[in-house]
This record gives sequence, structure tokens and C-alpha cells, in this order.
Amino acid sequence: MRRKQVLQGNIIIAKAALAAKCNFFAGYPITPSSEIAQFMSRELPRMGYDFIQMEDEIASLGACIGASLSGRKVLTATSGPGFSLMQEHLGMAVMAEIPLVIVNVMRGGPSTGLPTKPSQSDIMQARWGTHGDHPIIALYPAFADELYSETIRAYNLSEKFWNPVIILLDEVLAKAHEDIELPRKNDIPIYKEKVHRIKDLNIYDREIGENPPRVDFFKGYPIHIDGLEHDKHGWPTSEPETVNKMQTLRMQKIYHYIDEIVKFKEYYMEDAEIMIFSFGVSARSSLAAVKIAREQGIKVGLFQALTIWPFPKIPLKKRFKQVKKVLTVELNMGQTKYEIESISSDDVEKKALLRANGIPFTPNEVLDKIREF
Amino acid sequence: MRDYEKYIRYRTFPTPWCPGCGNGVILKAIAMSFSELDIKSKDIVVVSGIGCSGRIPTFFNTNTLHTTHGRALSFATGIKLARPDKFIVVISGDGDGLAIGGNHLIHAARRNIGIKMILVNNGIYGMTGGQVSPLTPQKFITETTPYGNIEPKFNVADLLKGARASFIARETINRPRQLKEVIEKSFKHKGFSVVEVISNCHINLGRKNKMRDPISITKWIASRTVTKTQYEKLAPEERNHRYPVGILFEDKDRLEYSDLYYKHIVPEAQASIPQRRKQNGKQV
Repeated sequence: MRRKQVLQGNIIIAKAALAAKCNFFAGYPITPSSEIAQFMSRELPRMGYDFIQMEDEIASLGACIGASLSGRKVLTATSGPGFSLMQEHLGMAVMAEIPLVIVNVMRGGPSTGLPTKPSQSDIMQARWGTHGDHPIIALYPAFADELYSETIRAYNLSEKFWNPVIILLDEVLAKAHEDIELPRKNDIPIYKEKVHRIKDLNIYDREIGENPPRVDFFKGYPIHIDGLEHDKHGWPTSEPETVNKMQTLRMQKIYHYIDEIVKFKEYYMEDAEIMIFSFGVSARSSLAAVKIAREQGIKVGLFQALTIWPFPKIPLKKRFKQVKKVLTVELNMGQTKYEIESISSDDVEKKALLRANGIPFTPNEVLDKIREF
Repeated sequence: MRDYEKYIRYRTFPTPWCPGCGNGVILKAIAMSFSELDIKSKDIVVVSGIGCSGRIPTFFNTNTLHTTHGRALSFATGIKLARPDKFIVVISGDGDGLAIGGNHLIHAARRNIGIKMILVNNGIYGMTGGQVSPLTPQKFITETTPYGNIEPKFNVADLLKGARASFIARETINRPRQLKEVIEKSFKHKGFSVVEVISNCHINLGRKNKMRDPISITKWIASRTVTKTQYEKLAPEERNHRYPVGILFEDKDRLEYSDLYYKHIVPEAQASIPQRRKQNGKQV
């Protein structure tokens, strides 16, 4: 029988990363994510791997990209201000199609904001933070076991699609100690790409929708990796047709496989008349509220997004055929609210419970809002 | 085909540089140094940032990485840590390496990580059209200092010495043979090495400062540089605005970062694993 452990959220993430065979960490200390770096600085050298504390978050992600290009599985962890700095290299990783995982333990913003308080206000930054049109995958776990499983999934997705994956985490979940039963080593699904050798320079040569092969140094033929828009050889180009093709390739490698990437959980949704859309710590408050409401006979259900980007549009649209009342619960001034508005028709009654003062919602607050319908 | 030509990727030619640019000299000097040391091209990574100098790696038939502005050293740090057995060269310019990337430079020097850096100093932001850089001489006219530059420039060698770099050299494109020799020596150095190569930009720096052609600007460079031995003989007032060239500082004894990490940190960490966990063979 496996014993339950009591672990801090940050440590669960770090342990999951190690279980997913992460073997490189470069980071910069920032509240409330520092425990991940501390744990990694202790454990990675024990396994003979690298930990380095860089001079800032820009350099941290730079070192991660360098290591990822050298065949490592990398992790970096940060919070809002550091995530702002990382946007530059996030774009570089998207452009050069480099797999990596970034944990963003969100805190109140903007600027230095509320370093020790939770907030869910980096959702739009995770999507559109770096300049230019780009695909992105962002996962949003809410419960202790999801912290573990979603971190594993983040690695698998980044390795499969050669794209950065962001794990958004709430400050309260990162700092809280919760009991968790870690899965057995053999029960952890780890994506493994077929070993291949690079034989020529056509590293980006593929058809639209095709899974890209990993571009890696030291795999045979010497290659060129560029942050400039490039052709199939990786050479800088501004030829409009090539640029168009490369942009489509990058976008489609994610959107072609959207069903595989989008993950969500539904609670009490079968006969629901009101739907709550939420994620992270707000989803936990909402779930508690839903349970109380059900006892009182209110037909309410919860849609919890585990993949926040790409946005779970298709499953939500299906639900909008059934429910005509939707409540968005999020710890910000309304970021996913607009996404919900854009995919639901006018006959759906929309309400939102929003707050960004660093205090998570209580189930009763959510319940009061449900009663307003 | 000459020996060094196997390190040149001819299919990416022509270069984007202006006629008479010093980058070609640097490109050849680096390729010749690779050839001299006989390093396999698949074991080399040449990393660069943004700018005219940032376009040099594309022309090497090695692993090449063209990154973001000023951050080449951070990428190189990641590669070096992940693969300490590989040969990593960073090519950077004066704006790239000292303005936006200044922080990465001093920290790489402090860590003494085994990266060979070539810092191309042409005293101007060339690719963006001739704006002032941290190495533009005082009183010079540029696109963003139309009334003359009032900021003093860095003394790169002193800056790096303060940052505890273990190999510092300076050369000019006027002396290609010596340049090749210095680069070769820096390539043999184990820790972090920097070769500042004083180059010409007659188009963007020279044009506004009465040095419109390569000849006059290279003459100006020659008038300002003296060999290290000559420099030491100069009186203090003569030293003003003159820069010694050659190897300026070398510390062969300091251990390289990844060496230190794998020889010191990893065994120390492995010795600290609790006995119980070792016996149970539990995952972390």
C-alpha cells in the first residue's frame, strides 16, 4: 500500500517534473515560486544533472532553451514579474520550436503587485504576452493530484509539439500543503519520440498539421537555429510565401491536435441549468458552492478548464446548447469572461464573479452569485 | 579548397554586410582557428545575438544559433552546462554584448564558464542605422547623438577584469594574422575568454565623423592601438586614448564552471543522499 504524503504545491510540481525526466533547471528566485528552485538545486545534482541560478529570468529561459537544444528536458519556475521578463525568450522558443516547461506561480499584479497573495491575472499574458502571432499551450491545475498529472502532461505536450508549455498555478495552491498519493513510476505516461538522426539541413521541412521532429544540436549534421523567420533549412528569410507557410505550420501543429491538448473536467453538468466556468483555486471554491447549491435543489454544474490555452471552445459550445445561464468565476478583473462572451450567443445569460484584491473566493460568495440568476 | 574552408557554409552566401566591413576578417580568423585546432564541426556551436556581428554564425558550417538581442551568452551557458564536452563560441557586438547584454557578460565572466567570446567592437549600432553605442568615442556624431556623444565609453578589458574574467585579449582587424593567433589562444583557454576585436564601420560611424572609407577608418584604428609592450613604455599622458592589443590578462589556474560543478557539486550532492532512500531505491 502506498502511503499518502503531505507536500507543498510547489514541491509536487518539482517532483512531477523529475518524474517526467526533467534534467535541467535554470531559474531566478521569486516569491511565491522559489521552493521549486530550492528543491531542484538539492535534487538535480544528486542525479548528476544541472541546476543553475542565473542573473535574471531572461537569462534563465535563455539557458533553458540552450539546454533544450542540447537534448535536455528543462524546467524553469517564476512568478508574474519574472514571467514578464521571460516573454522575450518565450517568443524565441515558439519561433525556433523548442520544447520547454515554464511554471508561473501567479501573484497579484501589475508590477511588483501583491507578492504573497493569489491572483489569476496572468491568463491573457500567457496567451499574448510575447509579441507576434504564436501558438501556446497553457495548463491550469486546481487540485493536488492535478498539479502532479498536469506537470507530466506539460512535458509530454511540449515534447510532442516542440512548443513551450506554461503551467499556470495559483499562489495558494503553490504554498498550501496537501495530502497526495504519488503514482507509481510505471503508471506515469511519458511521451517518447523515436530516436532520429539529423541527416541534412531541412530541419523544419514538413507538411501542415504534421508533428515536427525535434531540432537538436549534436544529432549528427550541424544545423542552424534562428530567432528570425526562417525557411525549412532554418535560414533567415522574408520571402512572403515561405513566411506564410512557416507561420501556418507553427499554428497548425497545435490547432490540428486541439482535441488532444484540450482537457477539462465537468461536475454535475448532466442536468445543469446554470454552468459555472472556472479554473484553479476558484474552481475549488466553485465546486464547494455547487455541492451546497445541489443540496438546496439548484441545478448548477461546474466546467473546470485544465487546458486554458488553447481555450476549450468546442466543449463549451456544446454545453451552451444545454445551459442558458453561465457564471464565470475568476480572481481577476475579467480575462476569460471575454472569451466566454465571444463563444456564447446572446440568449445565454452571462454573469461573472470577479475580484483581484488577493483574497480567494469563499464557496458562499459563489453561492450568492449563483442565486442572482 | 583550403583547410579552414570546411568550416564555412558557402550556401548561405552572400553576406549581408557592407563592402569593406571587418566582419569578414573576423569570420576567416575564427574559421582558421577552428582549423588550426582541428575541432570537428559537429562539436562546435557558434551562438550570436542581434546586429551585424550577430549574422556571422550563419556562415559557419557548424551548429549555429542566432538568438535574441544581447542574450547569446545565456543560451551558450545552457548549452555548455548540458554538454560540457562541446566547443562553444559566442560572437557579439559592442551594443549587443555591453549595452543590452552587459549583465550576462559580467556574470558569465564571474562564473568563468567555458565559453569563447568574440566581442566585435565597431563603436556603433550598425544594423539599426548608426546609433550611439557604449563604445562610441566621446564627441562623435551618430544618429542619436547629433550634437556629439557626451558619454564616456567602457574600457572593456578593465570591466572584464573587475568581473573576474580569466582570459582577456584585444586585437584589431588591421592585424588579421595576429587576430587569428589571439583567437586561437583564446580557444585553447579552458575558462571564459573574451577577445575584443576592434573593427571598422565606415558606413555608419565613419560617414558622420570624416572617415567615409575603410582606409581612413582603419588608419584611425591603427593610430589608437599599440602593442602591449609598446603601451607599457608609453608615458601616462601618451596613454590617453590609446589601447594596448594582444593578450592582456590570462589566469590559467582558475577552474572552469562546469568542471567545478561536475567535480565538486555533483559528488557532494550524491554523498548527501539519505542512506534510507538509497537502500529503498525510492524515486525522489
